[in-house]
Amino acid sequence: MNLCLNENTRVICQGITGSAGLFHSKACREYGTNLVGGVTPGKGGSVIDGFPVFDTVRAAVSKTNANASMIFVPALLAADAILEAAASGIELIVCITEGIPVNDMAKVIQVLKKNSHVRLIGPNCPGIITPGVAKIGIMPGYIHKPGKVGIVSRSGTLTYEAVWQVTQLGLGQSTCVGIGGDPIVGMNHIDVLQAFNEDPQTQSVIMIGEIGGTAEEEAALYIKKEMKKPVAAFIAGTTAPPGKRMGHAGAIVSGGTGTALGKIEALRSAGIIVALSPGEIGTSLVLALKRGFSK
Amino acid sequence: MKIHEYQAKEILSARGLPVEVGVVISELAQLDEALQKISSGPWVIKAQIHAGGRGKAGGVKLAKTTRETREWAKQILGMNLVSPQTGPQGKKVRKILIAPAVEYTRELYVSVVLDRKNQCPVFLYSTEGGVEIEELAATKPQAIQRVLIDPAQGMLPFQAREIYFNLNLPKENIAQGTKVFQRLVQTFLDLDLSLIEINPMVILKSGELFCLDAKIMFEDNGLLRHAEYLNMRDLDEEDPREMEAAKSGLSYISLNGDIGCLVNGAGLAMATADAIQYFGGTPANFLDVGGGASTASVTHAFKIILSDSRVKAILVNIFGGIMKCDVIAQGIIDAAKQVKLNVPLVIRLEGTNVDKGKELLKSSSLNYKFADSLNTAAKEVVLAVQGANV
Repeated sequence: MNLCLNENTRVICQGITGSAGLFHSKACREYGTNLVGGVTPGKGGSVIDGFPVFDTVRAAVSKTNANASMIFVPALLAADAILEAAASGIELIVCITEGIPVNDMAKVIQVLKKNSHVRLIGPNCPGIITPGVAKIGIMPGYIHKPGKVGIVSRSGTLTYEAVWQVTQLGLGQSTCVGIGGDPIVGMNHIDVLQAFNEDPQTQSVIMIGEIGGTAEEEAALYIKKEMKKPVAAFIAGTTAPPGKRMGHAGAIVSGGTGTALGKIEALRSAGIIVALSPGEIGTSLVLALKRGFSK
Repeated sequence: MKIHEYQAKEILSARGLPVEVGVVISELAQLDEALQKISSGPWVIKAQIHAGGRGKAGGVKLAKTTRETREWAKQILGMNLVSPQTGPQGKKVRKILIAPAVEYTRELYVSVVLDRKNQCPVFLYSTEGGVEIEELAATKPQAIQRVLIDPAQGMLPFQAREIYFNLNLPKENIAQGTKVFQRLVQTFLDLDLSLIEINPMVILKSGELFCLDAKIMFEDNGLLRHAEYLNMRDLDEEDPREMEAAKSGLSYISLNGDIGCLVNGAGLAMATADAIQYFGGTPANFLDVGGGASTASVTHAFKIILSDSRVKAILVNIFGGIMKCDVIAQGIIDAAKQVKLNVPLVIRLEGTNVDKGKELLKSSSLNYKFADSLNTAAKEVVLAVQGANV
């Protein structure tokens, strides 16, 4: 499975006639993404800023041959939009929308589990970018630089921070994926790590996690067992008090699980270099690169 | 959104679950009327606060006579309850619940929560009711059993039967018991909850299940669909600054330190607080202005930070994506005009429109120090506070 975007990635935007949807569709097109149209029920047949608009995803796919979708549909309608994309032959769904009810996502995931060819990134995420090629999401393109570092993160701006540090060091990124800050998301750390492990463009990886859940602990085990490339990590939320949602719906320490220290400990015991300050994510990667492949 | 026990019981009662709400009062003068509504004693008096561990902290008492009830009510109403879940500062008890005491033969634990790993709700149950579930999970994890729920189907009848028999409950009451489990799950799904916890669920002498306590939390995203429950929010239980921030679409959480933070993005906001701590300082708050912040909401954010008298320095850390650096800069400049900025200010800007933002700051009369990286910014602001403390 290759996650990197390429010239064959044909993207539609669900919710393209909304202000955020249109703004970011244009920004994606400017960056080089092959954005072939959009969907807004009831506005099919119109053209907005050069993008053809369709009433349904199925119609958009049959006319444009799209294989990826970027979703900017309001929170209470977004789960349906994801299911529509999955049912219409879209293979890569990137859901930017924040605030989708958790139970809606639980239902979506049950359906997606039966459609293994469909990959969902997000929701509540910045999206995915293959620098110099294409982006599906809201990240500022210019901070990226084509290169060999794969970045996976639950956060938006903290990912930009890591990207920027990597770019400043003269390294670049192969692909960056923001998997989203909700308690239930599509692709998780391990799914993206797996893709990076197999991707010839990616030679090292930065993983950025945060408090809540056990995804980072599970990723640590995966890295220890399977990862052929050096990994550096950072975990946000060392200072977070228990029981408080730290902005992201999923970032909460509850009942003693999901703490930053527990995650850092799990990563360290898997031999991963963990940055102690978010200002040292880039330099931690350099350390990991110097130490070389763990396998 | 957290709600009180009595509100949780009202919800369960309306959905046909076996529970008795009792009467909630906020003044001692309401006690006689309350007691008249409840048949006869003995009674239980329970502090209503948004935290667990009330019993051990002295917030739950049994009274055999009306006189005893009055004494306990007098003691509990207005007391500052300190439990492991309230933090050392405790919580003031503003309401108490009076309910008839119930005789029972056994205590169970049941709850419905989200299982993040399996990405679906999970029904947790144990024969060891009445103890803190966190404590049980730590000391005797094998005593907690789990049943995954398909959110589209709810709890299936066979799942309910398995649970019922695993708990060794009386066979003659299986119809009632399984219905209770299924209804709890359906309530969780229908109302978009993030937690229903019945601890303890008890077995009455009749053999029937009964919800002796109830804890419900609404999942904040799902709450959009259930506006009719919004009035259950108890503002007395919330942090006033957090509520004030929410009005402007800001996400604010009080921490215990003295360095105020203003950041865009939840992950970066957490990381900024971490960086401050890493360099020896202590963050006073987490504040995410979000991606769609305006100059006005940034100004508001600044005012909220400055309203905290503990704040001895402020760190602004912005990585512009959707958020433009010049909007943040203008917000800070506007705020400084409206409120007196008498603490050191360190600003770090990067990303979209960073040059415009820097230019605005330079040409203003604002007194600040600029930092060109996250590490430098964190170091500078910690130094500024240490300087102020000398």
